[in-house]
Amino acid sequence: MKILDILLRYVVAFLAILLLWEAGALALGPYLLPEPVDVLHAWWQAMAGPDMPGHIRSSAVRVFSAMLLAFVTAFPLGILLGCRKRIDRYLSPMVFLTYPLPKIVLLPVFLTLFGLGDMPKILLIALTCGYQILVVTRDGIRRLDARYFEAFRTLGGTPAQLVRHVLVPAALPSAMTALKVSSGTAVAVLFMAESFATQKGLGFLIMDAWGRGDQLEMFCGILSMSLLGLAVYESCHIAEKIFCRWKKLEIRR
Amino acid sequence: MNEETPVLRVSRLGKSFGETCVLSDVSFSLPAASTLSVIGPSGCGKSTLLSLVAGLSRPSEGEITFPRDCRTAFIMQDYGLFPWKSIRDNLALPLQLQGVGRAARHEKALAMLKELGLEGLEMRFPMQLSGGQRQRVAIGRALISRPDLLLMDEPFAALDAITREHLQNLLLDLWQRRRMSFILVTHNVAEAVFLGRYIMVMGQSPASKRLWLENPCFGNASCRNSDEYFSLIRQVRGALEENSRERLREARS
Repeated sequence: MKILDILLRYVVAFLAILLLWEAGALALGPYLLPEPVDVLHAWWQAMAGPDMPGHIRSSAVRVFSAMLLAFVTAFPLGILLGCRKRIDRYLSPMVFLTYPLPKIVLLPVFLTLFGLGDMPKILLIALTCGYQILVVTRDGIRRLDARYFEAFRTLGGTPAQLVRHVLVPAALPSAMTALKVSSGTAVAVLFMAESFATQKGLGFLIMDAWGRGDQLEMFCGILSMSLLGLAVYESCHIAEKIFCRWKKLEIRR
Repeated sequence: MNEETPVLRVSRLGKSFGETCVLSDVSFSLPAASTLSVIGPSGCGKSTLLSLVAGLSRPSEGEITFPRDCRTAFIMQDYGLFPWKSIRDNLALPLQLQGVGRAARHEKALAMLKELGLEGLEMRFPMQLSGGQRQRVAIGRALISRPDLLLMDEPFAALDAITREHLQNLLLDLWQRRRMSFILVTHNVAEAVFLGRYIMVMGQSPASKRLWLENPCFGNASCRNSDEYFSLIRQVRGALEENSRERLREARS
């Protein structure tokens, strides 16, 4: 019943967006904003061909592997900075000085350093998301109630067991929230990164169609990009539900 | 080693934090399978004494020895349960830290839940339980690795009177079945008398042993109505009131 309820709410929201879109298309005309029915029809046909699924696959591989890379690097590092004050003292200033830098400006540098393949794109997205995960995880550990450390000490666990049984589960909810929040940024950076020096990916598809003045194809690309963004966000949401079930219960109270 | 060998020997124990002396010249022995209630005014160093015995901090003076092979377990005032672990996993954690296999520790955790009257709650999380149920789980977690000495820091302080009485009875019942020794730090006179084979009243600033009583009616759940019980309560209360009068005199002078 709960799944049906969620599905129903998504369908209603989708219909509302379509209505707004339709109103906009009528006001602006089909060249500036094609009608949703035409875009959906064209998108459905494009999905049957080889090109669109290929572009979606390329973009999806880049964004998912970048977010995974961001998480497996930034989460342990955040825990380390959060629980080791001495390391934090030296590394934190570096993190906070580079945190406000918009990572997307490094795109040319990354393209020069790592070539034209997937690597620079993945690294750029990972860097953007990784910072948020790192900062939030570090703060989560630093704010962790001292009684959990004390309770664990009374049980006689080793430092490695402390990481496994206390630090990782305690920091996971805030890190998962950071991952979810950064998913929007990840797709935006993906779009920018795919606008240059590639012929595969939704960013390329959108910019290429725009250059050719093919509004319908451009909007098909935008629709695919939106669906990819939704898939990334929902994947983070599902992962959060699986790994942080206790936190959801706590919030509901 | 015979039956007379105590489980714990504390000699001339003292603890200072910087210039402030919080515990001074405390000596006692606790016979095996026996219980001790430690009572005194708030901030008198009762919890410090317990954390010294638990090995969570080091004494500034004197020594603590365990003449027998002694495994200790600690129950904290705020239960010390981990909100991210299910009740079963919280209970089984000490066994997991000792390297006991999954099947064996789950079996023991379920048996312990049955003993504590918490069957069916194994997959719940601590925040889904009442204060009394959480404290039962904390007692279970402390007992699951079969300690010889159980240390409790005001374990029932946050509970209502009826739940408190139920848990006092449960603790006595568990003691009768398992015959572990325990030290209970409390500020509740009736609780100290009900659960202490020995009762130590602490003085203040710095805390030291003020009165040591032996409780002849200990171990009998129905002793709450006996004359001996009330007489002991009067004695303990008298010593505590004398403490307060001394403090008042000191403050005035």
